[in-house]
Amino acid sequence: MVQLRLPKNSRIRTGKTWPKPEGATNLRKFSIYRWSPDDGENPRVDTYFVDMDSCGPMVLDALIKIKNEIDPTLTFRRSCREGICGSCAMNIDGINTLACIYGMDEIKGDVKIYPLPHMPVVKDLIPDLTHFYAQHASIMPWLETKTNRPAKEWKQSIEDRKKLDGLYECVMCASCSTSCPSYWWNSDRYLGPAALLHAYRWIIDSRDEATGERLDDLEDPFKLYRCHTIMNCTKTCPKGLNPAKSIAEIKKMMVERTV
Amino acid sequence: MAEMNRGSRPLSPHLSIYRPQLTSISSILVRITGNALIVGALLVVWWLLAAATSPEYFAFVDGLLTSVFGKLVMLGSIWALWYHTLGGVRHLIWDNARGLDLDSAYKLGWAVVYGSGLLTLLTIVIL
Repeated sequence: MVQLRLPKNSRIRTGKTWPKPEGATNLRKFSIYRWSPDDGENPRVDTYFVDMDSCGPMVLDALIKIKNEIDPTLTFRRSCREGICGSCAMNIDGINTLACIYGMDEIKGDVKIYPLPHMPVVKDLIPDLTHFYAQHASIMPWLETKTNRPAKEWKQSIEDRKKLDGLYECVMCASCSTSCPSYWWNSDRYLGPAALLHAYRWIIDSRDEATGERLDDLEDPFKLYRCHTIMNCTKTCPKGLNPAKSIAEIKKMMVERTV
Repeated sequence: MAEMNRGSRPLSPHLSIYRPQLTSISSILVRITGNALIVGALLVVWWLLAAATSPEYFAFVDGLLTSVFGKLVMLGSIWALWYHTLGGVRHLIWDNARGLDLDSAYKLGWAVVYGSGLLTLLTIVIL
């Protein structure tokens, strides 16, 4: 359901301004969302100043620098630092992306960082992705077969393999789903762009033998059809994939199999 | 996930922090114009009903709808009608799974925005 205002315990209050590093001349201002489960207070936005002369180029570099040098309590997920694990997805400068591959030179003015939108916050920039992962599991993200196992591997032609390009690269960072207003209002029943892109990846896999069942499962007013082609998903995907197109292809297959 | 059990966890901000973009704005405008057109259509029905009621009542309603404010509302309705129509055409293209790459989606978005403005102007000139 559409709920424009944040719940009472989620409204943001003014935060703390942390001291500027001494002797630095090239400072950049960071506004970062903070919430701790331990003090029972509402979320706040803290202000930090980072010396850009001794900082790496990516947003993640600045976050790590803040954690190391200014405020060790700042909490965020990160791992690979090269856009392949999807851990550091967050809302930077108004769009969802991976902090490790988003350059600070792409941002005009102060750097504003929030957790992925419309998600329960575990701490600071860490959203609870339990429900998001459960939705992914619900589309059966594996090869379903009925025929007997071949002696070696399940074979696929080069052309059929090409159909998976632009789909298999998804790292499940949740940037797309949490950028989608439809997902904000209906994530309890709408699967969202990420899960639907994965659903399509298995639907068009030439080796998969459960295409009918997969489409049956998505034939539902909410699971698939809450997509209204707003396209925030495609616009924000840090891997340059196109979930909106995948969803449109599924909708098209739904029509084609009944006409 | 407002309706789900979040325990004591806050909900992260959404609409207030997400950057608006052509695709999202042009999408919500299709809904807004669709709803506004219901009001516009009701006004026209009111005008027709008044014509069927009595000359005095028609003069009153016609006066309202042709006042400066009434004309502004009707002008807005003409634009809304064109915008909603072109938005519908855009959806027809998208329903064929075409024009969904970012470049084409942006071109289609601007086409709807400028197209609706142009067609509104044409409508006023012709009428």
